[in-house]
Amino acid sequence: MRSYQSGVNRALGLGSAKNGFIAWWRQRVSAVLLIPLLAWLGIGLALQAGADFESARAWVGSPINSVLMIATLAVLLFHTAVGLQVIIEDYVETEGLKAASIVLTHFVCFLLTIAGSLAVVRIALGS
Amino acid sequence: MHNDNRPLSPHLFIYRPQLTAMLSIIHRGTGAALSGGALLLVIWLLALAASPEAYALTMELLGHWLGLLVLLGITWMGAYHFCNGIRHLVWDTGRCLELSAVYRGGWLVIVMSMILTGLLWGIAFAAMEGS
Repeated sequence: MRSYQSGVNRALGLGSAKNGFIAWWRQRVSAVLLIPLLAWLGIGLALQAGADFESARAWVGSPINSVLMIATLAVLLFHTAVGLQVIIEDYVETEGLKAASIVLTHFVCFLLTIAGSLAVVRIALGS
Repeated sequence: MHNDNRPLSPHLFIYRPQLTAMLSIIHRGTGAALSGGALLLVIWLLALAASPEAYALTMELLGHWLGLLVLLGITWMGAYHFCNGIRHLVWDTGRCLELSAVYRGGWLVIVMSMILTGLLWGIAFAAMEGS
């Protein structure tokens, strides 16, 4: 990945003191990916309003939709984790509590990604 | 070193609320609240994978007026965060950073978030009529 720091700043060691850039970059990349994914999800879910069990399963379980749903879950919850981390970093002052909250946030988002993805796989396989 | 006997710089609360600051705060607020929306999506998928009964219960709760209110909130917050997120991405390219453009973009985001909310609920109502 190319650096967004100018050559002079890199030489002088300026810029983020820690790992600020990568978090900023991940948030942007996931945001860009979410534009088409959420457009699909928003319209897709709206069309499922009031759908019965069978038709909702047929929609989620279709080959294209199941792949898009898992991709959306992964990127959405990654974006959520990165965003919540920024909020935690801004408002939690104690270092230990801050680190613990960030790890917990990422872990919960990771668990939700796995749980949601497995649900989609079960629906797609009809089990 | 802490010293109480120092003049305070003007606090946030002294300023008249400005569109730019409000939209920024709302972006963070909606972002945090939308975590709940992501959670709800996972719950909906889990219910759909579990059983017809679990799915029926989930849809019944979402169909209650309180559930509908939550869904409406998620739709608007999602639409707002989506539009304002694009505004941020435009800024990241170095464009639209003049004060007039920042205000124009801000009003555009407010209007677009409402239009998108209306569109999605229009689609949802049309789908319910059809089913």
